[in-house]
Amino acid sequence: MPAAALENHVWDAHELLSREELQALQLKRLRECVERVSNVPFYKKAFAAAGVSAKQIRSLDDLRRLPFTTKQDLRENYPFGFLAVPREEIARIHGSSGTTGKPTIVAYTRHDLETWANLCARFLVAGGVRPGHLVHVAFGYGLFTGGFGLHAGIEKVGAAVIPAASGNTPRHIMLLHDLEPDVLVCTPSYALNIAEVAEQEGVDPRSFKLCLGHFGAEPWTEDMRREIETRLGILAFDNYGLSEVIGPGVSGECMYRCGMHIQEDHFLVECLDPETLEPVADGERGELVFTTLTKEAMPLIRYRTRDIASLNHAPCPCGRSGVRMSRVVGRTDDMLIIRGVNVFPSQIEEALLRVEGTAPQYVIEIDRPGTLDEAIVRVEIRPQDFSDKMSQMQALRERIQHEIASITGVRMHVELVDPMTLERSVGKAKRVIDHRKEKLQG
Amino acid sequence: MASSTAPLKGEGSVTFNPVSALDYLPERKLRELQLARLQSIVARAYERVPLYKERMNKKGVEPKDIHSLSDVQLLPFTEKVDLRDTYPFGLFASPMREVVRLHASSGTTGKPIVVAYNQEDLRVWSSVMARSFAACGVDAGDIVQNAYGYGLFTGGLGAHYGAEAIGATVIPISGGNTDRQIMVMKDFGVTVICCTPSYFLHIMERAQELGIDLKSLPLRVGVFGAEPWTEQMRRHIQEHSGIRAYDIYGLSEIIGPGVGIECEEQAGLHIFEDHFLLEIVDPQTGEVLPDGEEGELVLTTLSKLAMPMIRYRTHDITAIIPEPCACGRTIRRIRRIGRRSDDMFIIRGVNVYPSQVEAALLQVEGTLPHYQIVLTREHGLDQMEVQVEVTPEVFSDKVGALEALHKKLSSAIEHTIGLHVKVRLVEPHSIKRSEGKAKRVIDQRDLTH
Amino acid sequence: MKTKQISVFLENRPGQLSIPCRALAEAGINILTLSLADTQQFGILRLIVKDWQKAVQVLKDAGCVLNVTDVIAIEVPDRPGGMATILEVLERAQLNIEYMYAFTFRRGDKAVVVFRFDELDKAIEVLQTNGINVVGSVELYDMYEN
Repeated sequence: MPAAALENHVWDAHELLSREELQALQLKRLRECVERVSNVPFYKKAFAAAGVSAKQIRSLDDLRRLPFTTKQDLRENYPFGFLAVPREEIARIHGSSGTTGKPTIVAYTRHDLETWANLCARFLVAGGVRPGHLVHVAFGYGLFTGGFGLHAGIEKVGAAVIPAASGNTPRHIMLLHDLEPDVLVCTPSYALNIAEVAEQEGVDPRSFKLCLGHFGAEPWTEDMRREIETRLGILAFDNYGLSEVIGPGVSGECMYRCGMHIQEDHFLVECLDPETLEPVADGERGELVFTTLTKEAMPLIRYRTRDIASLNHAPCPCGRSGVRMSRVVGRTDDMLIIRGVNVFPSQIEEALLRVEGTAPQYVIEIDRPGTLDEAIVRVEIRPQDFSDKMSQMQALRERIQHEIASITGVRMHVELVDPMTLERSVGKAKRVIDHRKEKLQG
Repeated sequence: MASSTAPLKGEGSVTFNPVSALDYLPERKLRELQLARLQSIVARAYERVPLYKERMNKKGVEPKDIHSLSDVQLLPFTEKVDLRDTYPFGLFASPMREVVRLHASSGTTGKPIVVAYNQEDLRVWSSVMARSFAACGVDAGDIVQNAYGYGLFTGGLGAHYGAEAIGATVIPISGGNTDRQIMVMKDFGVTVICCTPSYFLHIMERAQELGIDLKSLPLRVGVFGAEPWTEQMRRHIQEHSGIRAYDIYGLSEIIGPGVGIECEEQAGLHIFEDHFLLEIVDPQTGEVLPDGEEGELVLTTLSKLAMPMIRYRTHDITAIIPEPCACGRTIRRIRRIGRRSDDMFIIRGVNVYPSQVEAALLQVEGTLPHYQIVLTREHGLDQMEVQVEVTPEVFSDKVGALEALHKKLSSAIEHTIGLHVKVRLVEPHSIKRSEGKAKRVIDQRDLTH
Repeated sequence: MKTKQISVFLENRPGQLSIPCRALAEAGINILTLSLADTQQFGILRLIVKDWQKAVQVLKDAGCVLNVTDVIAIEVPDRPGGMATILEVLERAQLNIEYMYAFTFRRGDKAVVVFRFDELDKAIEVLQTNGINVVGSVELYDMYEN
């Protein structure tokens, strides 16, 4: 076992603020934040509609007077409607899956990037990463925030990065063997895939020098953690984040691994009943809602994540005051996470529309036969799409596959099926069959 | 210079940027700086890297023998094979705890070559990339769409940090998904694009199909590299997309992109001589050639700490342009890279050696079958097809067995070179054999447009 | 000169082929010839029947996705090189064969093969100019019944 992970290192003194100090800082930052967004047209209007202004924020409880922000709002103001600073001050733009063909855009100033790196450094250090470590990052880089967030955090800690990016598992195995990194960063299912493929190739994944793993971007379980730890011979840590709020770095586990500490000096969290929007008690499940306290480029007020989790305000032996959140146990919308990528069924519909003019009946079936997610989209063939020529039918199938990959960023297998074979329920058609759920919950 | 009648959007817009100050160092100062850095880097390499010490001892030369820039010729060459033989960390001159980044690029076999950077090296890399952007008029107000692939390949992160250093807004979109590239370019008001020139041709074609006129967008500068291209291609790009297209040069072994770039004159690539010492040698004899003569480019890194390269043979064929550039920069220029002195080729920005393909075929089949690599360019995208003769031993009347072989070959090649390529099983003896050495690579790409 | 062919989409699942076949059998429709093209993902069943309008209705009622295309039936001398001669003619005229399959019955010393072309009319013209017999549909059904 790596000794470093068992020492309680704290990267930033802010993590240890007392509850009172923390709340005082939160209130100060909340007021500044509300002030900052008051010039964003969306918030100007929303504040007016709610009859609230920055002056009225006198306590943290006043947060509840502020309006919510949803993904739909971000979409309607695509691309730059939510910017709270002039475009010239934007240093970086990332994106995440939108519900249609357009991505959801998030922006960072130079200072935001600095904050982000620092937040990632905090959970990396809490989870044993030290200067001098060599860290293998198998997250995708690009518009997705996972790769860049962890990359910057590792650099901030003073560890070395191998920006291996995603895909090509045999190559990852070769690098893990040859370059002897100490830490692995990827999705939990990809960590298992690396172990599996290595075993198939006759390489013992326990023989790698790896001693730590930081995994995120998709839901996983304690069983999966045990399996990853056993098969790779490492300690595995969980972290949480979403692009709209900042990316990875919203919360992460400490050495005690009993919930992820939310970095509350930067993100004000609420856990609400998704129906009544009333707060739920500690330990009860609700939808996480975040207000970004320090973000400059694109601050969000009460952003509804649609992620279902619970909070735990009990003190943690590590001394960090940030409230701990449980793993995300579900969603209040139909978003799916496939191989770490967020996918909405409406994106599939968009792809089918692009290929066929009108969208035929379809169903997405997701499973994890081994360690990796596999998605099959079954599309009912209609007389007007059918041709007696094999090449045309194959081209149709490939066009659908291509459009889906192009819009969602995930390769899915497309199968053409007979009409009227897909299950229809009364009213809304059943679009998603997720076999992983049974496994994750079972 | 551009020949189109209407002025291009970017023309005449390159103004002096303070980050470019070192490009204009007085000649004497520049050479003094180079000599001081050469002396210190040779000493570092000698003291810290066993291979350099051994080679120099064998030649009977020591760091103290370097009194002038021309004394670099006393030093032994470094070859790609040296990186392979010392894989993975044998040429590192910094201890691992000072190294903060590793990158990798194609090796000649199944193993990549690994390069290292410490904190100072990353700073230098960002600064030469920032100077590169400045040379083609990119500045703080620009929105840079970086479509180079991110990851172990140095292109993505190199361009990224350079654009960040100059203060631009960076969209790290990475490669692929052309429709999304065009959507982002249009929706975000992108002004600068970084990618391979052939990928930009593909973007142009696709935009046309989608009915989007690139000339009507704010896009004004393209920073194109990682593969050879031509003046005809530049003219085509500039005339049909209304942007200014600049050639950038670099290689992972030296630092990544940012070794050199064109200025607004578009008349050769300025090499950042304060960091990279430039020689042109006869590829056969290794003898240094006078300025203006064509030969192989040899580079020595003057400031790289984690992994200094002494007289690295790039195998890129070019010539030094002896005349001063109209832009006033004192750092010298080389001509566009037209060809190589070895059999490496570049496909979609990835360096490929036929020996890598051989390694993959051997791995699957046990013995090396007859094969041939055919390179074509369709709609601006490079295509690589590996034709493999089916031997009687592996032939089966079951379609399934052939499909399985086909799949195994495809994935072995993909894993080795990092690119998905087409594999075609062909009949025995259908690949033309020539006398002596088999012709392994048929390059049918048209680089004129 | 042209013959109607019915193509049916087949999902790649066991038992899929029997659905159209059973439907036709129950309606008393005889299949003159058929061909099955399949990939890992799906298949296409192509068949020729005498009463194609009725067959189309029967298959639609059975829930099949189908379309009707024109093909031509060609007499091929049943001896070595018989097919090659015809293919050479088509090649010279740069006619692209989409697919082909044979009938199980023959007429005298000749086999009958179904061809699908993009340029059907040009194909008929080329074949006839070169003295190759294109069998009309009425003739074809008669051949079958005798």
